Amino acid sequence: MSLTTIAVEHLSKTFGHSPVLQDVGFEIRAGERVALVGPSGSGKSTLLRHLVGLTKANRHSDSRVTVMDRCIQRRGRLARGSRAQRCRTGYIFQQFNLVGRLSVMTNVLIGRLGCMPRWRALIGRFTPEEHEMALRSLKRVGLEELAHQRANTLSGGQMQRVAIARVLMQDADIILADEPIASLDPRSAREVMDTLQRINEEDGRTIVVSLHQVDYARDYCQRAIALKHGQVYFDGPIDQLTDIRLAYLYANAELDKPHESRFPASAPTALRVAG
Amino acid sequence: MKPTVADRAWSRYTSRQRWTRLAITATVVLAVSWSLSTIDIIWPWVWDAPAQIGDLFSRMVPPDFSSLDKIVWALIETLNIATIATFIAVVVSLPIAYIAAQNTTPNRATLWLGRFILVSSRSVNTLIWALLFVAIFGPGVLAGIIAIMFRSLGFLGKLIGEAIEEIDQRPVEALEATGASHAKVVLYAIVPQVIPTFFAVSVLRWDINLRESTVLGLVGAGGIGVILQGAINTLDWRTVATVLIAIIVLVIAGEAIAAWLRKKAI
Ligand SMILES: Nc1ncnc2c1ncn2[C@@H]1O[C@H](COP(=O)(O)OP(=O)(O)OP(=O)(O)O)[C@@H](O)[C@H]1O
Ligand SMILES: [Mg+2]
Repeated sequence: MSLTTIAVEHLSKTFGHSPVLQDVGFEIRAGERVALVGPSGSGKSTLLRHLVGLTKANRHSDSRVTVMDRCIQRRGRLARGSRAQRCRTGYIFQQFNLVGRLSVMTNVLIGRLGCMPRWRALIGRFTPEEHEMALRSLKRVGLEELAHQRANTLSGGQMQRVAIARVLMQDADIILADEPIASLDPRSAREVMDTLQRINEEDGRTIVVSLHQVDYARDYCQRAIALKHGQVYFDGPIDQLTDIRLAYLYANAELDKPHESRFPASAPTALRVAG
Repeated sequence: MKPTVADRAWSRYTSRQRWTRLAITATVVLAVSWSLSTIDIIWPWVWDAPAQIGDLFSRMVPPDFSSLDKIVWALIETLNIATIATFIAVVVSLPIAYIAAQNTTPNRATLWLGRFILVSSRSVNTLIWALLFVAIFGPGVLAGIIAIMFRSLGFLGKLIGEAIEEIDQRPVEALEATGASHAKVVLYAIVPQVIPTFFAVSVLRWDINLRESTVLGLVGAGGIGVILQGAINTLDWRTVATVLIAIIVLVIAGEAIAAWLRKKAI
């Protein structure tokens, strides 16, 4: 597996006057399971949103985001056809982003909208195959009995699993998950992470998941990318993200600028470990 | 010196707020007394009112049911004006709401176009619209339907547009992330969120329109009001009484149906 699926080069993003991402760059190969860690506000969500073009990078930078050999955005402009490209990337949101008034089944079927003919989507005709596929997706996340319940009646963990089923329905090669377990209890969190791991191992889909809990990252991912103040602070195998490095990663996280005096003179500002 | 927290706790308003409140109160008192003084009240007529009411009442009793079939027919016409106008207005208001909502409108120009349509519809009363359309289409039901429809457009478009602006953006983003086109996003992420408001507002407007269409006849735009106007003009007070009873029955029935529909939709 050496095929590069996600390539990010010189990505910088400034909201107003605050730089949120600064010259971020990395490559992810097909089939990898990557954890994106970093203190709150370090730019994890912003980075993931750039990968599907929900957010555009700064103009006048030399940035480029490529997913599966197709350019998504370059120099802060979305590439033509990047919207169509999105159906090859599944995105799981921290707040699930389900349509509450629709049934679980419809919410899952919606994952298919991106690659459905327009007329069929607009009259709401999903084929029997699509229904079957939705049921299979729900079965994989263990929710097939709830198919006809309204989405807003589910528990948080169930909602997140519906969101995963929606991504499965999309049949995407890459799954980006933004803190999928942040609002879940430990058991639901394990269920969700187990599901993601299964999807990765059984289908060979690439998974990038941003996580707050480093323990989960260690249990479930092979590689970690750590962001601090919008810069790549660490990128390498997860077992090299040692406690010392984590301590530096989260040290002074609540301050806007790195507090140099608290670090030893030799403190690494960016670590890149050969993967 | 800055006042301490303890000092501040004693006064409910800052002195600036106190002065503002005083100024507002004075303005309101002045405005009310001025407007009262401009009204031309003929006091003898006011003192006379109870006797007049008694007199009118005695002329109205007993109600004259001889032209009941005509009245029932006019009631049905009234109901039809309200229902058809509401139906058309609901359909037409959807695209207007879409372009008048900030988060769905295609661009600035369409936003202002949408708002302009809403404001012009809302700022003109149904009866004035009716006068206008009677002048254009001649007296009759058609003028009434169009008048009611025009007035309803603003009401429906504004409330539905506001519902669109208040939707949860997260499902919209989720659908965009699947690569769905704009039309699909609208249909699957916006429409389901707006539908409850859509039904509630439509039913409410139908209820209002039923009441408004009872007076349309006064300007010749069809419905029960035509009979009422005729009866008043010929001083046929016993028929007037029947018509009033009929209107009350219609409005109560409308209210009941609206309440039932509302419960059904939610
Ligand atoms: N649309 C926006 N407009 C302005 N500022 C934004 C916007 N989106 C994000 N930011 C800012 O960018 C910074 C990074 O936000 P981001 O959501 O990427 O952080 P995060 O690493 O995902 O944090 P968390 O772990 O808390 O989710 C924050 O300071 C946030 O305030
Ligand atoms: Mg985040």
